[in-house]
Amino acid sequence: MGFRPVTSDKSPTFDKRTTATDVVSRIKDGMTIGIGGWGPRRKPMTLVRELLRSPVKDLTIVAYGGPDVGMLLAAGKVKKVIYGFVSLDAIPLEPYFRKAREAGGFEVLELDEGMLQWGLKAAALGLPFLPTRVGLGTDVFVQGQFKTVTSPYGDGEVLLAMPAVPLDMALIHVHRADRLGNVQALGPDTYYDEWFAKAAKEVVVSAEEVVERMDHSYPDDVKANIFERCFVQHVVEAPLGAHPTSMPPSYGWDMKAFKAYGATAAEDGGWAKYMAETIGPDEAHYLAQMGGAEAVSKLPLPIF
Amino acid sequence: MTTPDHSLAELLIVACSEVFRGNGEIVATGIGPIPRLGASLAKITHSPELMMTDGEAFLVEDPVPIGPRDYDARKPAGYLPFSRYFDSAVWTGRRHALVSPIQIDRFGQMNLSYVGGTFEKPKVQMLGARGFPGNTIYHINSMFIPNHSKRIFVEGEVHSVSSVGYNPARRLPGGNFSGVDLRFIVTNLCVMDFGGPDHAIRLVSLHDGVTLDEVREATGFELLVEGDLPTTKAPTEEQLAIIARLDPHNIRATIIKDNPPGRRG
Repeated sequence: MGFRPVTSDKSPTFDKRTTATDVVSRIKDGMTIGIGGWGPRRKPMTLVRELLRSPVKDLTIVAYGGPDVGMLLAAGKVKKVIYGFVSLDAIPLEPYFRKAREAGGFEVLELDEGMLQWGLKAAALGLPFLPTRVGLGTDVFVQGQFKTVTSPYGDGEVLLAMPAVPLDMALIHVHRADRLGNVQALGPDTYYDEWFAKAAKEVVVSAEEVVERMDHSYPDDVKANIFERCFVQHVVEAPLGAHPTSMPPSYGWDMKAFKAYGATAAEDGGWAKYMAETIGPDEAHYLAQMGGAEAVSKLPLPIF
Repeated sequence: MTTPDHSLAELLIVACSEVFRGNGEIVATGIGPIPRLGASLAKITHSPELMMTDGEAFLVEDPVPIGPRDYDARKPAGYLPFSRYFDSAVWTGRRHALVSPIQIDRFGQMNLSYVGGTFEKPKVQMLGARGFPGNTIYHINSMFIPNHSKRIFVEGEVHSVSSVGYNPARRLPGGNFSGVDLRFIVTNLCVMDFGGPDHAIRLVSLHDGVTLDEVREATGFELLVEGDLPTTKAPTEEQLAIIARLDPHNIRATIIKDNPPGRRG
C-alpha cells in the first residue's frame, strides 16, 4: 500500500492520510469487509456512505450490524452477511435487513454474538479455528454447518470449531487519529473494534479529528489507543462520521433519522429516493439534509 | 393481612425479582422493562450481592431507574463493557439473564430467530439467535412471557432452536452441557420452573384469580402439577415504593394490555 514520504524534517516520515473516495476505490467486488461498532453505535458511516455511492458489489459483510448492514443490503452491494445481529436498538430489527431476509436471495451466516468475536480472534491470531462450547445444541450449529473438534487430552470434550473470520478490509470509526495511524477511541465501550482491526489485511480508520502527531496533541489519553498503528493502513478525516449512529462522548444517535430511514423500507422505490435525496453525492449534502453539522454535533447521548 | 393495590405488571416485577434470589455475585440481566425492574428490585431488597450494569458499560451498586434520565445519573462502581462481556460474565458462567423469547418448548428450548418458512427464507424474521447459544450453555437463564399462550408455549419443538434446553436429542455426544441451568418462567398467568423429572416444566404458583385450567388451555404441552398450588406473592408497600422510584415514568403501565390489576377480584 506504499507509504507516501513526507518532505518535512520531522520523522517518522510517512503519512497514512487519504480520503474516503480514494480508500473506497481500493475495495473490489467480492471482498470481505468487516465493519466495526455495534448496532446503532460507533459505525464508520461516512465510509459506508462512500461505499453506497461506489459501483462495488458482491461484498461479504462481517458485523455486529446496524444501519451499515441494512443500507448496504438495500443498495444491492451484498452477497453474504456474517452477523451476530442486525439491530437499531430502539428499533430491534433493522428494517432493510428484515426485508432482505424475508425476500431471501442472499447468503447469511448467523452467529451467536460471542462466536463472532471468537472467529475474529482466530483470524487475528492466524489460527484456522478456535474451540468453543457456544453453538452446540442449537440451530446455529446446524445452519452454519459447523464442525466439531475433540480435545486430545484426557477429558475428550467435543467442541465446536469456530472457523477464523479473516477480513480483506476493516472499516473503523474513532475519535482521533494521526497521520502515522495512531488512534484514540474515547467513550464507554469500543466493542470489538480491536479484533476487527487485527483480523483484517488492511484497515481504514475514519476519525472525528486527524492530527499530525498524537503524542504532540493528546498524550494524556493514550489508554484510548485500542490497537497499535501497525494495524492501520489508511486514515480518513470524517467529522460526524458515525452519524446517524452514536459516538459517545461526542454525540448521540439520531433516532429521528433512523425512523425516517426505516420508513422508506416500506415504500415502493423508498431506497432509491433515500439514496438520491438523503445520502446524495457527498457528505456535505448528507449533513445538510440532517440539519447541518452543528445540529448533528449536539445530538443527545442515548440513555440505556 | 391485606395487600396494597397493585397492577399485574407490579406483581410480575416482584415475581421476576424472586428468580434472582440467592444467585451470589453474578451479573443479573433483565432484558425489557419488567425483567430489568425485577433484577433491580432483587438487588435493592433481598440480594445486594448481585452485580448489575447501567445498561451501557458500567457496573452500578445503585440500580439506575429506567426511562429518560440524565446521562450521568449513573454512578459507576465497576466496568463491564461489551468488549469484555463474554470473557467476564458469559463464558465464565457469572450471569443470570431473564429474557423474552418468541417461542418456548417443553424442553425449555427458546426461539428468538424467526418463525415460518426456512432459515434461508424466513416468513417472519425476528431478532436472530443473538447471544442465546452462549448464554444457555454457560450461565443461568430464566424467561419472562407477558402473554402466555400456545403461540409461545408451543406443542412441538420451537421453530428454530436459538438456545440450549433439556432436549436429549439435541445433546451432541461428548459435548459439555453441564452449564445449562434454566430456572424459572414468569408469565402473566403463573410462575413455572424446571423442577420435574428430567427438568420437565412444573407449575410453581398461579397469580391471583388464575385457574389451572386456564394455564393448561394456554400451554401447548403438558405441565407438571404437584399438590396444591400457592398464589403468587403480591407486592408489599415497600416493594411498590421501590418499583415506583425505579420507574418514575410509569413505563410498567404500558407493558401489558390495559394495565390490569394484580388481583382479578
